[in-house]
This record gives sequence, C-alpha cells and structure tokens, in this order.
Amino acid sequence: MREVLEGSQAVARTVARCRPGVVCAYPISPQTHIVEALSVMARTGELADCEYVNVESEFSAMSVAIGASAAGSRAYTATASQGLLYMSEAVFNAAGMGLPIVMTVANRAIGAPINIWNDHSDAMALRDSGWLQLYAADNQEAADLHVTAFAIAEELEIPAMVCMDGFVLTHATDVLELPTQEQIDAFLPGYEPKQVLDVLHPTTIGTMAGPESFTETKYLQHLRFLDAADVIQRWSDRFHDTFGREAGGLVARYDAHTFDRDREAPGANAEDIVVVAMGSVLGTLQAALPELRAEGIPVRLLGVSSFRPFPGGALRDALGDSRHVVVIDRALELGSGGVLTGCVGRALAGTRSRIHSVVAGLGGRPILEESLRDVIRRAHSRDLPTLEFMDLKAGGIPRPPVGATEVAR
Amino acid sequence: MTTVHIPFLQTGTLAVGGRLLEDEERSVQSQADRPSSLTKGHRACQGCAEALAARWVMDTAVEAADDKLIVANATGCLEVFSTLYPESAWKPPWIHSVFANAAAVATGIAASLHAQGRDDIRVLAQGGDGGTVDIGLAAVSGMFERNDDVLYVCYDNQGYMNTGVQRSSATPTSARTATTPAVGCQPGAPVGQGKSMPKIAMAHEIPYVATATVADLRDLEHKVRTAMSIHGARYLHVLVPCPLGWGASSAESIRLSRAAVQSGIFPVIESRAGELTDVQPIRQRMDVEEYLRPQARFAHLFKPGGEDALDRWRAMAERNIRHYDLLGERS
Repeated sequence: MREVLEGSQAVARTVARCRPGVVCAYPISPQTHIVEALSVMARTGELADCEYVNVESEFSAMSVAIGASAAGSRAYTATASQGLLYMSEAVFNAAGMGLPIVMTVANRAIGAPINIWNDHSDAMALRDSGWLQLYAADNQEAADLHVTAFAIAEELEIPAMVCMDGFVLTHATDVLELPTQEQIDAFLPGYEPKQVLDVLHPTTIGTMAGPESFTETKYLQHLRFLDAADVIQRWSDRFHDTFGREAGGLVARYDAHTFDRDREAPGANAEDIVVVAMGSVLGTLQAALPELRAEGIPVRLLGVSSFRPFPGGALRDALGDSRHVVVIDRALELGSGGVLTGCVGRALAGTRSRIHSVVAGLGGRPILEESLRDVIRRAHSRDLPTLEFMDLKAGGIPRPPVGATEVAR
Repeated sequence: MTTVHIPFLQTGTLAVGGRLLEDEERSVQSQADRPSSLTKGHRACQGCAEALAARWVMDTAVEAADDKLIVANATGCLEVFSTLYPESAWKPPWIHSVFANAAAVATGIAASLHAQGRDDIRVLAQGGDGGTVDIGLAAVSGMFERNDDVLYVCYDNQGYMNTGVQRSSATPTSARTATTPAVGCQPGAPVGQGKSMPKIAMAHEIPYVATATVADLRDLEHKVRTAMSIHGARYLHVLVPCPLGWGASSAESIRLSRAAVQSGIFPVIESRAGELTDVQPIRQRMDVEEYLRPQARFAHLFKPGGEDALDRWRAMAERNIRHYDLLGERS
C-alpha cells in the first residue's frame, strides 16, 4: 500500500514489523521522531512482545541494547550526532562482542559549534567501530534497509548502523510503500543468537584478552568484515527479487542518461567523470546531472550504499575505465579532505586516478543543483582543485587560506 | 529485619554460638554442594575482601534464584582477576561490557528476559565503587529510577585499586592514594567523607537498599537473600577492605571491616522504599583509631599534624552514631 509518510514514521513502522525484543530510546534531534513513534506502538500493542526502555542517556541506550542482545533479543535503538559520540565506548564494545544490534543514525553534524543539521560527521567518526554502515539515499530505502540490516547483522554477528540524513530524510514526507508485516515475517528469519547468556549453558562473555590473543581476535573480526560484502550483496539481491525495488547493496549504479538507479548499468567509460556520493545528495545529483549530459559533459553517478565494509572491489567495477572521480563529501578529515574521498582513494590506489574531494553540505548547508553542476563543469575543464569547499562564502576567510599549500599538496 | 546480633565464632560452618544450626538456618557456604559461583583459579590478591564478598553474594543469589541467575559485571578488579582469556572463574552466565554500564547492561538483560517471558531468571549487576559511585552513577541511577528488576551490588574498596590505588569519590577524607598523596598542609584525600551511595540509593525510594561487610558474612548472606525475595531495583553496598590499596596486612581484612562497623564509621543498615528499616547496633564499641591505625593510607594521621584529620574521623563516627542511633540510645 502506497502512503504518504514522514521518514521517521516509515523507519519506526518498519522496525516494529521486524519484531524487536527490546527497543531503547533516548531523544536527540533529528532522530527523536523515530523513538516517539515506537513508543506509541509499544503502548498500543502494535509493537508486541517488546520491552520499550526509556533510558537516561545514549550510553545507556547502547548498553541496554548490549545486555538485551546478549540475553537473546533482537535489539534496536536510534541516535545521532552527540548522542552517537556519547555512546561510542559501548558502540565499539557491541561490535567487539559480536552483538547484532541495529541502530538508526539520523546523520547530523558534531559540535562545536553546536549544530543540529545534517552532515555525515557523526557516523564517520565511528567508521572504525566495527559496525556495518549502510546509507540510505531516500526514505523508501531508509525503511527497507532496516529489514535487510537485521538479516545481515544477525547472519554475520556484526552490529549495523542504518544511516539516513537528518531532517533531509527523517523529517521529509514522501510517498512510500512499506513492507507489510506478512512480507517481513516471510523475508526476515527469526533471531537465533549464536552466543547467548543462558542459565542452562553458562558462558562468560566479555573476557579480557592479553597481547597473546588480542591481535588474533581483531584478525578474526577483520575476516568477518571481509565476509560482510558478500552477505550484504546477497540480502540486497534477495530484497530486490522479493520486493522488486533496490535496497542497499554495496554500491548503487545509475543509468548513464536517465540517472535512474539501475543495477545492470555498465561500468563507466574512460572519458567519463564519475561522481561518487552517499546518502540523500544522490537524489539531488540525479536531478542535477542530466543537464550536464545535455551539455555534452560525460558524467556518471555512483552511490556508495555500504560505507562499512567499504566496497573497494564493487567500486572499481562500477568505475570501469574511468579514472576521473569527483567525490561529494559530507564529512571532513581536517587538514586532509573528505572522509569518503580517503576511502575512495585507497580503493583506487595504484590506478593513476584523478580524484577530487568536494566538501559539501556541512552542518546542513543546502547542496544546490547548480553548485553541483558548477563543480562538475570545472572538473571537466580541468579547473577543479583536489580539494574544494563547495559554496564557501567569501569575506572574512583568508584567501588563500592558511595552510592551503599543505592541503593542495 | 530485626536481628539479634550474637558473635559468630565460626562463620560459614554448621555451628553458631556453640549450637548446631537447623538445616534451613545454615549458610550457603556451609553446604557441601554450594554453588561456588566464583570458583578457584582467579587471580585476586591474598586477603581480597571483594573476592570473598562476591563469592558469598553470588552463591546466595544463585541459590535464591534456583540456579537461574545472569550476572553483568563492571570493569574493575573483580572482572580482571576473574576472566583473563581463555579462562573464567565464573560459573553463572556472566557478561562484562565496559566500565560505566553494568547497571544498563543488566537492565537490557532483564528487559530481554521479560520480553521472552522468562521472569524466572534473575539478574544481578556488580561493580566496584569507581564503576558505581563515580563513572557508572548515571546508569545506576537510571536503573533505580526505572525500578528495573536488577539487584545491583557495589563492592566498595574506596578507590580505584585496579589501576593502582587512585582516589574515587568513595575515598574517605584524608586517605592517602596515588592521586591524593600524604603531603602538604592537608595530606591525603580532601575534606569530605566520600559520596554515600546507600543514601543516594535510598533517595530513589527503591524497594530495597542495604549495606554489609565481610566481617558479618551471615548478615551479608541474609541481605542478599532478602534482596532476591523482592522484585524491582535493589541495591547492596558492601565494604570490602583492599590490602593493597589500604596498605594493610592481608590478614586484617575481616578485622578492619569489623572495626569500621564497631567504630561507627560504616553503618550497617537496611531500607525499604526509602525508609530506614533496620540498623545494626554497635555491639562492642571501638575507637576509630582501631580502624585507621592498621592502614598505611592513614599513617600520616598518627604523625605530628595529623590530629585535625583524626578529629574529623571521630566527628564522622559520632555523627553516624547519632544519626543512625548505633548505640541504641533512642530505642
């Protein structure tokens, strides 16, 4: 049934239909609508056989999820920004203990200066926390990704963040078709923990590992992360086959002319400029790029759906013969450039690729179609620096900025 | 509860006061098939009162829960000395996550069990004073306020002993620690008596709060059993001398615990829903010196210039004796 829904409502309803056993809630903008909606469903009984715990901090939200998951329940929470950082110690811990918690991150900037609007700084700060990070391009995908996230996380015993742009997606209404309860029940296997606090078969979880075993523990975690790429792709394919639409996967390919999402789209050509991006800006790019095609600029679009694990192989395949990449970055690695660019660069090491990092939309600055087109035009005319801050306001900012030489090098 | 406090000559045995106890009165530890929840092979120091208390607490809780107990442990000595991979000294299902979150992890376990319809399985969380009174306080308070079905046990050795004896907010006045050295015009920990976690717990008006020491293990066991007979948030605060951190002989842990109680420094109490319901009266009054002198962390109190601090200790004991009527003068 197609219906008009706010992104947060869509996520909350889908999560409820995944039948979590424990939901932990702590408010933070722009995530709050999700746990508010779940609290109503917990009271009305729509969210059955589930404990809804109002915790006193995000740190406890993740900690309650850890306890719940270790005791054998499907556990869910949602957060953003400062909240994600506040819980970060427990976030790493959940991954280290292999607890397949699913958490929505309503991506938001990190202070100071305090800023409640959207960019990817929060999730990027925890990119090495050992969690999967799956990014939604729109609200349909945000809702759908939660279904596959539970399946993927539980198969791998790796927790998963579903990242959706704060406000831009969480607070936007769209026409959506949510998976029904029957569809999810048929699609998503029940949670069968492989390691559980069981009074009949007691185990000790969370022991101390010394120098003689810590490296091996991390190596095993690394191997499981390598397995994750195949598992993510398999569940994404299964979702596509079942529901007839795309959700997640490793990368999102787009048709070279219509810029519609197309899993069969061929790799890019040698003369193509490929724009790589993540999250809702992909929608803006879908709208912005056809005009450039019409101008004769050979531009392609490529979305990163799974940021962790980073799909280096799938990215190289989709880039085909192109060696000219413009990365739209929603988070900044101070003194070096965009965070996503760093990952793309590593995936393309040794390929002599020309990679531009375009830092855009920090702290909720609108990303305008015209600004995107301007950047691509300049890339095409070889007039785009390696690092560009899109729509940087003139006035009061030293030009060239202090340290610019270092950054340019 | 109102109890008659008589000397236990052989704690943990079958007899008390020269009389053989009835089966149901015997301590869990006196039974050949006791659970031994914290079993041999752990690496606690000789004379560690935390290990002793944890064993009694856990065995009692396991028995009270009919072997259906899950434990969440904060980071600290107790966790480190019991679970060095690949070994574990714990028999019940046991989880350690991080330092500050044992109470919240326990909440998660309890929530999960409730959602699964397994309310027969009980949940216990435990940590040291650092993990409870300092870094874990928010999570403990949150668990209290929600009245989650968890028994939280704090083993209070009055400092960060696992990291090498630094001050915590449970460290009492004038105590020497690695971060409150016994130098300067006010040697040791600053003025104050440490944060009183039992009072904070009582202020939450949770169903049950109690304090205990390893000097009276039967009392400790009784309190665990009482706590396990109740549902909702419960708090047990156990004073556990640390030979290393307190600078005392390993053989002194029980004697120091007793001196803390009998001098009025550590009131042994019970509370229900915020109301004080029982106070263990001082049986044989001791001077605070008997508590302080054997501890190297207070050595500077007995040198010239230590008189002020010693007076503060006496005042603290007097205040407790008055406040809790520890000499039974009002009753």
